[in-house]
Amino acid sequence: MSDDKTPDPRRRMVARAAREIAPGMVVNLGIGLPTQVVDHLPAGFPVCLHTENGMAGIGPTLPAAEADRNLIDAGGAYVSPIPGSAYFDSAVSFALVRSGRLDLTMLGAFEVAETGDLANWKIPGRFSPGAGGAIELAQKARRVVVLTTHTDRKGNPKLLARCTLPLTATAHVARIFTDLAVVDITPGGFALRELARGITAREVQEATGAPLALPAGDIPTF
Amino acid sequence: MTSLPDKTASIEAAIAAVPDGATIMVGGFGVPGTPFTLLRELLRQGQTGLTLIKNDANETGMGLDHLIAAGRVRKLIATHIGLNAHAIAAMNEGRLEVEFCAQGILAERIRAGGAGLPAILTDIGLDTELAAGKQRVEVEGRPLLVETALRADAALIHADRADRFGNLAYVATARNFNPLMAMAARLVIAETETLLPLGGLPPDAVETPGVFVDRICPLTEISEEYGVVRR
Repeated sequence: MSDDKTPDPRRRMVARAAREIAPGMVVNLGIGLPTQVVDHLPAGFPVCLHTENGMAGIGPTLPAAEADRNLIDAGGAYVSPIPGSAYFDSAVSFALVRSGRLDLTMLGAFEVAETGDLANWKIPGRFSPGAGGAIELAQKARRVVVLTTHTDRKGNPKLLARCTLPLTATAHVARIFTDLAVVDITPGGFALRELARGITAREVQEATGAPLALPAGDIPTF
Repeated sequence: MTSLPDKTASIEAAIAAVPDGATIMVGGFGVPGTPFTLLRELLRQGQTGLTLIKNDANETGMGLDHLIAAGRVRKLIATHIGLNAHAIAAMNEGRLEVEFCAQGILAERIRAGGAGLPAILTDIGLDTELAAGKQRVEVEGRPLLVETALRADAALIHADRADRFGNLAYVATARNFNPLMAMAARLVIAETETLLPLGGLPPDAVETPGVFVDRICPLTEISEEYGVVRR
C-alpha cells in the first residue's frame, strides 16, 4: 500500500479504491482505471477476481512473450491462472453476475448522477461501440462503485444531478472514487466522505454538478 | 457393439453448405475461440448477404473484419465492437446494420435457442435504450423484457480437441460463446486444433456432446491470426 504515498492523484485514487475490496469478495474490475486497482492489493490478499469472458481467479498480467494465446481478460490483456482458478462459458459468467454472486464491481464512468444512475457506454455521434457486459455489471453486482476523474478533459463535471448520456443502469452506484474525493450516493444525493490530500471541500463542490453534503467535523484525507 | 458415426469433413466442403443470406453464429471473444480458418474459407467462397452473430467484430484486419470489409455482412448482432474501427465506421456510414445486446443476454438468447426455448425474460437493460421496441411482460408484479431466442442457419465453432463424432472440448477463455453456439444452429461446423480418435476424448471431458455437431474439421496449421496480439 506504499502507493498511498504517491504524489500522483490518480494513483492515490486507485490505491484508495483498492481498500474498498474486503477479504473474501468476488470482484469484477472494469476496463481502464479499475483494472489498475489490483496492483494495489497486498500479495496473498484473499479475493476472487472475475472477468466477463469466462474466468474466476485472475492471476498476474503477462507480457506478450510469456502470454498464453487462449487466455485474456475482457479488456484483451493477457492474464494467467492462479491455484484455484476456473474457466467457464459466457452464460455461466453472467449467471454469476445476475444471480448476485458478484460482491463488488468497479467501473469507469462518463457521468454519474446524484441518484446513482450511471452512463458509461455511449456518447451519441462520437462513441458507440456497444455496452459489452457493463449493463449487467452495473445493474446486478451487489455493490457498484465508480472510479473516474472528477471532471472530464475540458473540466466539465462528471458528477451531475441527472445524466445526459444514454444510461447503463439506474440507481445502482453506491460510491465514487475520484482524483479529488470519495463521494457516496445517499438518499439525499452526493455526500462527501474523504478528500484527496491538498484538496478542499469547496474545490470538490465547485467541480461537482450537483449539491454535495459535507460531513460534520474533520474530513479524512487519502 | 455399435460405433459412433464419423463426421469429419474438409473445411471447403463444410463451408460450402452455408448459403448466401445465411445467419451465422461465430464463436470467440477477441482472438481466443474465434474460428479464423472457417472464416477465411467463408471469405474465399464468397457467400454474401450474411447476418453474423458474434460477441465482437474482432480487431481491424482480423477474422470478422475481412468479411465486413468485403461487404459480405448485412447485419451484425454483437455486444461490443470497440476494437474494430472499420466496423464502427461501417455502422456509422450505414453500410452495416448492428444490433447491440447486453453480453450475458446475448449468451442467454443463444442458450435458449439451443435449448429449444422461444425466449427468455429479464430485467437487464429495462432502464436503457436497449429496451426500445422490445415486448414487456409482468411476472409476479415485476416488469420484464422478452428477449427472443437466437438460432442460426450455421454456427462456426473453434475447439481445442475433438473426436470424429464431434465431441468437443475447449481451453481457457477460448470457451466463451462456443459451447452455447454449438447447440443453437441447424448446421454446426467445428474446427479443432487436435483431432482425436473415438474414445480419445474421455466422456467426462466432453464439453459439447457430438450430438449437436454436424461437421468436424481438423486444422492442419494454426495460422498467425490465432497467436498473441502484440499491441
